[in-house]
Amino acid sequence: MFQNIGEMVILFWRTLLALPQTWRQRQKVFDQFFEIGNASLLMVCILSFFIGGVIALQTGPVLVERGLASAVGGVVGIAICKELAPVMMSILIAGRIGSAMAAEIGSMRVYQEIDALRTMNINPITYLVLPRLVAIAVALPLLVIFSILVGWLGGALVSVANTRIDIPFESFFTTLDDVVALKDVVNGVFKSFIFALVVGTVCCHQGLITRGGPRGIGRSVTKAVVNSIVLIVLFDYILTRILLR
Amino acid sequence: MNQANSNLHGVGVQVRGLQKSFGGQRVLKGLDFDVQPGEIFVIMGPSGSGKSVLLKHLVGLEEPDAGDILIQGESIRSGDVLSKYRLAMVFQSGGLLNSLTVGENVGLYLSEHRLKPPEEIARIVNEKLEVVGLAGTQEKMPSELSGGMRKRAAIARALVIEPQLILYDEPTSELDPLSAVIIAEEIVSLNQRTGVTSLVVSHDRELAFGVADRVAVIHEGRILTIGTPEQVRQCAEPLVREFLSAGFKRNSS
Ligand SMILES: Nc1ncnc2c1ncn2[C@@H]1O[C@H](COP(=O)(O)OP(=O)(O)OP(=O)(O)O)[C@@H](O)[C@H]1O
Ligand SMILES: [Mg+2]
Repeated sequence: MFQNIGEMVILFWRTLLALPQTWRQRQKVFDQFFEIGNASLLMVCILSFFIGGVIALQTGPVLVERGLASAVGGVVGIAICKELAPVMMSILIAGRIGSAMAAEIGSMRVYQEIDALRTMNINPITYLVLPRLVAIAVALPLLVIFSILVGWLGGALVSVANTRIDIPFESFFTTLDDVVALKDVVNGVFKSFIFALVVGTVCCHQGLITRGGPRGIGRSVTKAVVNSIVLIVLFDYILTRILLR
Repeated sequence: MNQANSNLHGVGVQVRGLQKSFGGQRVLKGLDFDVQPGEIFVIMGPSGSGKSVLLKHLVGLEEPDAGDILIQGESIRSGDVLSKYRLAMVFQSGGLLNSLTVGENVGLYLSEHRLKPPEEIARIVNEKLEVVGLAGTQEKMPSELSGGMRKRAAIARALVIEPQLILYDEPTSELDPLSAVIIAEEIVSLNQRTGVTSLVVSHDRELAFGVADRVAVIHEGRILTIGTPEQVRQCAEPLVREFLSAGFKRNSS
């Protein structure tokens, strides 16, 4: 994996250089964008709701027993927006969208479609990588904002419904509001933007270096997803450390 | 300068000492030949002799280990030659983009480089599909076509580019004899209409000798003989004779 980091950086750089072409490729960007939305919105919804719920369930009773009922909203709020929503959604998108990117580009590589593009003097980076990277870099942060809201809602509903927590709906959000600042949300969304670039670059790169028939495509997809997840977790630590101050 | 180049039809190609190995396996062992501007040059040879690899070098899809390829006297290593001249390659497997319709595939070069307005592209696509006998398949996906139809669509896509150098990798290998004749006629008529330099790789001896100005026979990465169809037919080299005269006879009692 690590001998490829250099190649990935180069691919990312070339994609940045191709950014001025985005407007010309807008149709493909939109297609990718809606595909990401279609493929993941429902899953994001369910996943976020239950992540919020389970955090409330785990922390709520412990805090309430010690007379810290007023902290539940804050704990759930911070955990979701700074950490769980960005990381979990990025991993979900790596599995759902990153794998598709690697498979699509990988099969184009194996079946000589990319060779055909190059003979027509069409740059595969502009034609294939750029639209995917732009779409995922816009879509993932939006999905994370959505996920944060749904996660909070899940936490709140569980806090209301569970008899061992039993906090009124409004006071959950009042305490959440006391603790969570806009900066915390921005922080989480920013992390997800970086993760999106990581997933997009890793998966497109893996697609482009695919070799050897259908089995090669399968290998590429697995590698793309695993490497994305490893890098997400790594970058998460680094970014959290930097943003903590 | 650029304008002049893009109007010029038929580029000359020179291959000099071309060598290529894949992981220890020597595929091309030093090829030398010239293709004159506007010529139809046919490369024949048994399966695995390195024909497809050679074509990939000519369009810059593979880097030579040694030797050089010159287009109009300029080395393709010097960078921009490949974007300066219009090249087209008909891949052995077609190489159509499976996510696009046949029509979008055929018009891809024009639409992606914004060379013509959409209605004009649609008209050209229609026209070229008709030429290869695929009228009315614009809306189909490549996966809905047969192997031979895909090959013909790939030829239509190459025609749209109005290339100065066109490479055909086994253009008739999946076609019935009638379609093969139509494609052969199209190869010749395109060449006569536009003066495009055409390189054809084929096992099909009839096609080869029918369309070629000159023929090269390659075997295990080396050129055995090169010349006009007449010269090659008269070549004394045993491997060439064997390749050209191979025929199947059923051993019946
Ligand atoms: N990318 C590659 N990696 C490794 N080996 C390769 C590669 N491409 C081709 N080869 C090898 O090079 C040799 C020549 O292949 P090539 O495809 O040029 O044959 P060909 O003459 O086109 O045969 P055919 O008529 O069957 O298409 C083969 O032995 C093949 O295994
Ligand atoms: Mg071949």
